[in-house]
Amino acid sequence: MRSDEIVAAQADTETGPVEVLLKVQNLVKYFPVSSAKLINRQRDYVHAVDDVSLEVRAGETLGLVGETGCGKSTLARCIARLHDVTSGSIIFDGIDITRYSAHRMRPFRREIQMIFQDPYGSLNPRRRVGSIIGDPFAIHRTASGAERKRRVQELMEMVGLNPEHYNRFPAEFSGGQRQRIGVARALAFTPKLIICDEPVSALDVSIQAQILNLLSDLQKEFGLTYIFIAHDLSVVRHVSDRVAVMYLGKIVEEARSEQMWTSPRHPYTDALLSAVPLPDPEHAGQRERILLAGDVPSPINPPSGCRFHPRCPKARQACVETEPDLVSRLGDGAEHVAACHFPVEDGEDISLSRPTIAAEERVVESGLIAGS
Amino acid sequence: MSINIPTSPPVGTGTALAESSAEIEGLVEKKIEGKSPWVLAWRRLRRDRAAMIALGGIIFIVALAVFAPVVAAITGHGNLQQFRTTGLDATGTPVGPNGTFWFGTDDQGRDLLVRVAYGARVSLFVGVVATAVTVVGGTVIGLAAGYFGKIVDTILARFMDWLLAVPFLLFALSLFSVVQTHPIGPIKPGLPIVIIVLGFFGWASVGRLVRGQVLSIREKEYIEAARALGAGPWRIMFIDILPNLLAPLIVYSTLLIPVTIVGEATLSFLGVGVEPPTADWGQMIGSSSAIFLYGPWWYLVFPSAALLFTTLAFNLFGDGVRDAFDPRGALGL
Repeated sequence: MRSDEIVAAQADTETGPVEVLLKVQNLVKYFPVSSAKLINRQRDYVHAVDDVSLEVRAGETLGLVGETGCGKSTLARCIARLHDVTSGSIIFDGIDITRYSAHRMRPFRREIQMIFQDPYGSLNPRRRVGSIIGDPFAIHRTASGAERKRRVQELMEMVGLNPEHYNRFPAEFSGGQRQRIGVARALAFTPKLIICDEPVSALDVSIQAQILNLLSDLQKEFGLTYIFIAHDLSVVRHVSDRVAVMYLGKIVEEARSEQMWTSPRHPYTDALLSAVPLPDPEHAGQRERILLAGDVPSPINPPSGCRFHPRCPKARQACVETEPDLVSRLGDGAEHVAACHFPVEDGEDISLSRPTIAAEERVVESGLIAGS
Repeated sequence: MSINIPTSPPVGTGTALAESSAEIEGLVEKKIEGKSPWVLAWRRLRRDRAAMIALGGIIFIVALAVFAPVVAAITGHGNLQQFRTTGLDATGTPVGPNGTFWFGTDDQGRDLLVRVAYGARVSLFVGVVATAVTVVGGTVIGLAAGYFGKIVDTILARFMDWLLAVPFLLFALSLFSVVQTHPIGPIKPGLPIVIIVLGFFGWASVGRLVRGQVLSIREKEYIEAARALGAGPWRIMFIDILPNLLAPLIVYSTLLIPVTIVGEATLSFLGVGVEPPTADWGQMIGSSSAIFLYGPWWYLVFPSAALLFTTLAFNLFGDGVRDAFDPRGALGL
């Protein structure tokens, strides 16, 4: 166990004074769902993102992981102002853009861009590639005609596409090439922040590496800042400086990438990490897999206290009653925070732990899983 | 995308091989320009024999309408010219097909062939213009309803439901009987009112089709991408969504033209459409129905045949267009 002072000092030297590009404060996004009943209908809400705060520093990559339906994509879309938020604030480059109208958002659209998950769904099948990549120039009226074509072809070359394919349709490209088209479109104005919503999860493993390398090359070249969403932990580990883990609309742990891997504090993080496939079968055989009981509970009616308690092997009565704060635990530096009353200690094997809470608290109301 | 590379490589001298590879390169070079869905659909359509024959029929009818004055010149009979001595017999009955009047004459002693040719003008004009009004109106309203959603959608969708529930023919008949005696401003009997009525009652079905498609397209990631780029609602509706609707709209329009033509003929048959003495198929069928039992079958048969021929040609062509644009039947039209 390291002492507080040393870790704090380390954290200071590691990060230094850095500019915060994006600050999300207490962001809440509920989606109304109406019940099927016609009479006495009550409004329910999917608690997609529930009180999330995070910071993204200029030039870094923040990884955002969590299973399908945990709200990571919703969070991304709130940051990109594709969804209106229920409450909380989004501060981009020192400016609170949470309630900006579509008109006032326009200049920020050039600074915040998104790369989407589905390389098939994110490109309009009826439009030619040149016109898709040229969209940013057309929308912001910055270039037209031959000038636009020239810039589009520059972008195509930059992301490794043949500029002569300017007049092709998306259907004529492979998945990896289509994702390059998506990257080119996002890069048009070299935005400050690019939100990558599972950009490689729909691709072959060999193609994944190409796209990841492209993204990291572009980051080096243009000093881009990424929010990188994924459910594949090995991908996140490869690209991220810092990682935030989400569970049921909340961030349960946040740390520098290497810290997260060496000493996860939240049992959920620990369980996720134990599920990462290891290339060496001997190692993999020795490792204890932490198997979580049950399904993700319904985000319409999330569990009390710590939302993970129905599935947590370390759950105690306190977990049912009070919600843990996202603070540094077990003497970790300010860089490493976890929302857990009974954090996992270094070297602890939580697959041996057994919960002590009542059985009915562990019953999971398996519910609707909102789109990832 | 098939590339037309010769299947069997030519065996021969090195130069022949080099030539053929150059040829292949030339072919590949040409293919860099992607074939648009339109080109592909047109190719499929061209292979459809029934559709091509129907297209020939449509071209024939269009030519008949365009060259109606030529038909008049050839026969030497004007459109509105009455031949009381040669075109009607002693009892005032129309004369049958003969060397002078190929299709016979009508009850006013006018040349039926010339009248049928001129009637094609009205039918095609109304068919095309009313369909255009219907499709453009339905598309714009359907796009707005589907894209804006919420209260806009509720109001527009309910209005469409109401419109589809109104008995079209009853309404049209009442409207015409009213405006015949009391014209309401510009609304008086004639061609414009036919177009307005057909368009007003037609757009709702297009609107519903478009709205349904927009509701599904709106959720696509490329629409989110456009919004993330800062595109406004108009740009998204007309640049991102509309191109995805063109195929079903073209199919629907081609199938709507014959419906509109029959609609116009129906109104004119009932005496509430095109005003005499303008030549019109529906009106001719209407006038003939009073007298054809007494002998002049040609007065009924030729306008009816022209109407049947036209709608059949448009319907067969529409079927071909649908198959060309939607080989798997995914549009559900």
